[in-house]
Amino acid sequence: MSALLSVEHVGVRFGGLVAIADLHFDVNPGEIVSLIGPNGAGKTTAFNVMTGFLRPSQGEVRFRGTSLAGLPPHEITRLGLARTFQRTSVFPDDTVFDNVMIGLHRQGSLMSRAPLLDTLLGRGGANERRLRERAAALLERVGLAGRSNEKAGSLAYGEQRLVGVALALATEPAMLLLDEPVSGMNASETRVFVRLIRQIRDSGVTLLLVEHDMPLVMDVSDRIVVLNYGRLIAEGPPAAIRADPAVIEAYLGQGSAARHAGAGAREAEHA
Amino acid sequence: MTRLAPLALLAALAALPLGLGTDPYLLNALITTGILTIGAMSLNLLLGFTGQLSLGHVAFFGIGAYVSALASLGFEVEVGFGLRVVHEPWPAAVGLVLGTLAAGACGYLIGRLSFRVRGAYFVIVTISFAEVVRLVALNWVELTQGPLALTNIPAVTLGLPGLGYWTLKTKAQNYYLVLAVGTLCYLVIGRLVGSRFGRAMRGLKENESLAMSVGINATRTLTVAAVISAAMAGAAGGLYAHYLRIIDPDVFLFATTVTMVIMVVAGGKGTLMGPVVGGLIFGLLPVLLRPVMAPEAQWIVYGLILIAILFAMPKGIVPGLRALGARRRPASPVLEVNPAVQR
Ligand SMILES: Nc1ncnc2c1ncn2[C@@H]1O[C@H](COP(=O)(O)OP(=O)(O)OP(=O)(O)O)[C@@H](O)[C@H]1O
Ligand SMILES: [Mg+2]
Repeated sequence: MSALLSVEHVGVRFGGLVAIADLHFDVNPGEIVSLIGPNGAGKTTAFNVMTGFLRPSQGEVRFRGTSLAGLPPHEITRLGLARTFQRTSVFPDDTVFDNVMIGLHRQGSLMSRAPLLDTLLGRGGANERRLRERAAALLERVGLAGRSNEKAGSLAYGEQRLVGVALALATEPAMLLLDEPVSGMNASETRVFVRLIRQIRDSGVTLLLVEHDMPLVMDVSDRIVVLNYGRLIAEGPPAAIRADPAVIEAYLGQGSAARHAGAGAREAEHA
Repeated sequence: MTRLAPLALLAALAALPLGLGTDPYLLNALITTGILTIGAMSLNLLLGFTGQLSLGHVAFFGIGAYVSALASLGFEVEVGFGLRVVHEPWPAAVGLVLGTLAAGACGYLIGRLSFRVRGAYFVIVTISFAEVVRLVALNWVELTQGPLALTNIPAVTLGLPGLGYWTLKTKAQNYYLVLAVGTLCYLVIGRLVGSRFGRAMRGLKENESLAMSVGINATRTLTVAAVISAAMAGAAGGLYAHYLRIIDPDVFLFATTVTMVIMVVAGGKGTLMGPVVGGLIFGLLPVLLRPVMAPEAQWIVYGLILIAILFAMPKGIVPGLRALGARRRPASPVLEVNPAVQR
């Protein structure tokens, strides 16, 4: 099976700081892979490289066999690689519904050869209607249908994360990168989100997940890639990662023994 | 503001000359106000809907004015290597179209140049551009007459072969021409803003990275907005030239850009009606103040009114009134039917 996404010896330097040293891994079609590591390990930086927001100092990323080197973000999205953001995930001043309408930008252009001209001549009506239907369906899918008319910026943080996912899904990706999607969600919202992740995968979308919620990561991942200080320190199925001494060391070494124990406890609760 | 407000305003503006009779002083004020309001509407397309501030917007206005004037006056210039370019006069209406296109082309250049970086860079590029074209207009005397001004610019002639022609000589005729162009610009901007293109502009303004991540091409979207905005400013400049029938390099004055920014910000940037309301108020204010106070006092009052408006309604008049209306009828958002469900 050939990889859908290959990160090939990518390195990123910010001045003297090595954010990513030499990252090398693949994601295969249909997989759910998690990219984990302590704060500052370089996970978001890796996402930024994959989606064209950052040029790597070395190496390259390939998606469906084509190199993404030098491509701007919007073109990478058009190739079928979408992402969510760790910090801001919405267009805050628009309604949730209009957020998704903005997200359907690409779909709109596929419906018409000269959308701008259609607009000026008032010929876009049918396409607009179809886009609205799709937006409503997407909101239904992520469970935000009841929030359609609310301003996205006024939603609870966890719900904003869901808007972000709806926006990414609106681009009809073959692969989705999720950057800490459940931060800000409570336990029950997280459980619902796990179902959504599985459902997205079952609809044919490959997933790469960055997440600090270890129970969730262990639960949904087919494979886990572990980063520490910009270096890949382990890679394998959840069971192997859980037992990997280098991984435990990385998390404990950061002085997060308590968090580790806490995560274990929550995991037990989760099961 | 309700949906009917723009229509009511249009009807009132259309009826105005009937009520005013032919008072040339007021009509003149209304025409120049209308022209500046078109400029403000075009500026709003960038500043209000994409968040990009064009502080050299008057450049597009001036280019529209000069290109339109020169195309309809004709010219003969030496362009170097012993080559002379001779242009025979064309009809003023053709000049207007050319002025619009030329300004749009400049918008394209500026957009391509600066939208890779955006933000402050765009502000600086537009200011410099305006200064450069002003210096060209001032110093290329053979083409522009420099400070001596281009005079005898023909009035606009409208008509169709077989139907007859009208030369717009009176103030009332020019007033209706400006009103027609302004209405057209309003409708075009309205269509754009309500479309997929408008959503792309809003997305870029609200969260640029997120917009790019859903496949929106930032450079292209902003450049298209700049082209349309510049073209509309150019059309306003062309109207100005053929109405006044004389222009000099002062059409590139920075103060005109500032006036347009004031109109947009006071009226409410990012709203369709904002620049119209702001344009009418700040275009007509000097006219209303002139008979009742000394020139120095006029500008102080002008400034005070601006400050008072922005103090009471920081987002501008139109959003301010809307917020007031929403507070008075708190039940309405709940009753509003989701358009997605409605269809
Ligand atoms: N634009 C930037 N300029 C300079 N340094 C940066 C930049 N972006 C990230 N860094 C640094 O690179 C390192 C990796 O950051 P990154 O955001 O990728 O970590 P992360 O693994 O996503 O962490 P977290 O779990 O906290 O989100 C950090 O030391 C960070 O301070
Ligand atoms: Mg991060």
